[in-house]
Amino acid sequence: MAATEIKNFNFNFGPQHPAAHGVLRLVLEMDGEVCERADPHIGLLHRGTEKLIEHKNYLQALPYFDRLDYVSVMGQEHCFSLAVEKLVGCKVPLRGQYIRVLFHEITRILNHLLQISANALDIGAMTPFLWMFEEREKLMEFYERVSGARLHAAYIRPGGVHQDMPAGMVDDIRMWVESFPPLIDDVETLLTDNRIWKQRNVDIGVVTSDQALDWGFTGVMLRGSGIAWDLRKTQPYDVYEDMDFDIPIGKNGDCYDRYLVRVEEMRQSLRIITQCLDEIPSGAVMVENHKISPPRRAQMKQSMEALIHHFKLYTEGYHVPAGETYTAVEAPKGEFGVYLVADGTNRPYRCKIRAPGFAHLQGLDFMAKGHQLADLVACIASMDIVFGEVDR
Amino acid sequence: MTDSSVKIDEQSLTELRDYLFSALAGHLTESGLHKEELFVVCDVLSLIKVLTFLRDDAQCQFKQLTDLCGVDYPDRESRFEIVYHLLSYRYNRRVRVKTSADESTLVPSAVKVFSAADWYERETWDMYGIHFSEHPDLRRLLTDYGFDGHPLRKDFPLTGYVEMRYDEEQKRVVYEPVKLTQEFRRFDFMSPWEGARYILPGDEKAGHTEDTQGDT
Repeated sequence: MAATEIKNFNFNFGPQHPAAHGVLRLVLEMDGEVCERADPHIGLLHRGTEKLIEHKNYLQALPYFDRLDYVSVMGQEHCFSLAVEKLVGCKVPLRGQYIRVLFHEITRILNHLLQISANALDIGAMTPFLWMFEEREKLMEFYERVSGARLHAAYIRPGGVHQDMPAGMVDDIRMWVESFPPLIDDVETLLTDNRIWKQRNVDIGVVTSDQALDWGFTGVMLRGSGIAWDLRKTQPYDVYEDMDFDIPIGKNGDCYDRYLVRVEEMRQSLRIITQCLDEIPSGAVMVENHKISPPRRAQMKQSMEALIHHFKLYTEGYHVPAGETYTAVEAPKGEFGVYLVADGTNRPYRCKIRAPGFAHLQGLDFMAKGHQLADLVACIASMDIVFGEVDR
Repeated sequence: MTDSSVKIDEQSLTELRDYLFSALAGHLTESGLHKEELFVVCDVLSLIKVLTFLRDDAQCQFKQLTDLCGVDYPDRESRFEIVYHLLSYRYNRRVRVKTSADESTLVPSAVKVFSAADWYERETWDMYGIHFSEHPDLRRLLTDYGFDGHPLRKDFPLTGYVEMRYDEEQKRVVYEPVKLTQEFRRFDFMSPWEGARYILPGDEKAGHTEDTQGDT
């Protein structure tokens, strides 16, 4: 029989594919069922956020951060607010800081709920998705009660948070915190020791610690590979310093370890939330400097100056002194950073957004090499890719 | 961050700054602290040397490239600044490396030092048109296939030049020049008593259009 030459097979994965988590186009080179090379083509959701921010004032720029990674909204607002505060040089009142940390952790749980359930769904387990979306709905109700929006909150703003929490909120969050751990246990019963879940995740998409550093991986992708690094501990911002929580790390750097890390992070987030609820002081939630934060509506009825401040803030905005900063927070997906260059006007001169997913996705090529197509899906899910932040 | 931690941090950063300046003598043109953040400025030709040193030196250990981006300053002689942010997990420090280039400068690619630089450099090429030499695969990253121009340059209009729509007759997506129903408005918030260096309607009647500053 004549020898036939076998050629590798190239094809597209996505951009419209439920397991692509958005609009990822992957050009795959397959040797049979085994992936030889994966070339992600991104940018299908590119909206020019950085360019738009250069044309908006600082307060108008904030809602763009909601629209980056649209499942960890407040983490990104937090980062931008910290960057602006650093340049302006203002200090947020303690209650404001507590509310920020509280909602940052709620955001983390929101994100991990989506990641774990979508990961399970990609691999074929339907139930966690249904259970966890119910909890997500409850958390988004908390978002709605403080900001009026379920997703794009624009709640954490330079100088503090927009409004104080409504009455009774602390008790309601506490009730939810008490009711939530059994649900994590339920999902763990379904997944953690599940034979199929392990077959699909253990030793899939292994990232060594050196690779993680070299490729700029952060967050769970880094901790899953055994590096104990969390910006909340190492470079704390707001009141994270006073919080008592642990950093879970993985040992093998595979998809399964990252899943375990995420589950444990949710439990640790609950600890932080409980501490916030216990310790939250009363007082202002935003700096009292009306050159940055708007006056209260009641004041505006009485005081001419308050009216002028309000008008100036919502037309011109505030001027930020010239300078530059790189400020990063531990967003649920990893290190989310903003490199902000101010030139002394009311608009940012340059605002580079460092999205964790961007760095993770470029590592897909080495992670997927030698895996089967179905495992590629597990890798993408385990990286926690959201295209809002990758494409910006 | 509390005040105490900032101070300790700042002191060690000043020490690191002095160390870098002596160890990399002749390669750094500037170094300093800005808002408690360490930055060094180097020439394009020394870039790889500086980055490799920062990664490998025992006192630096900046093992991770966190971010890489361009900034456009059209007024400068070499208009682009390329900014690298490095992070040391060992010492819990960050450093910002800056270098400048213009449209024709070949910036050496950092991919061999940090694999993560790959996409960041592609993005910078895409957004600013900065050339990176020896990059393994310098394609556009975020913009459309066949896109023309570099959108984050300051002289690129916010609205862009082309818009696309689905054409029912041709049964495909077509590109057309951007048509705006209203001119894009960019408000200038400089106070007329301080800033405004532009000619207001009617100024020509006054006869002195050179300087409107401080005029009544």
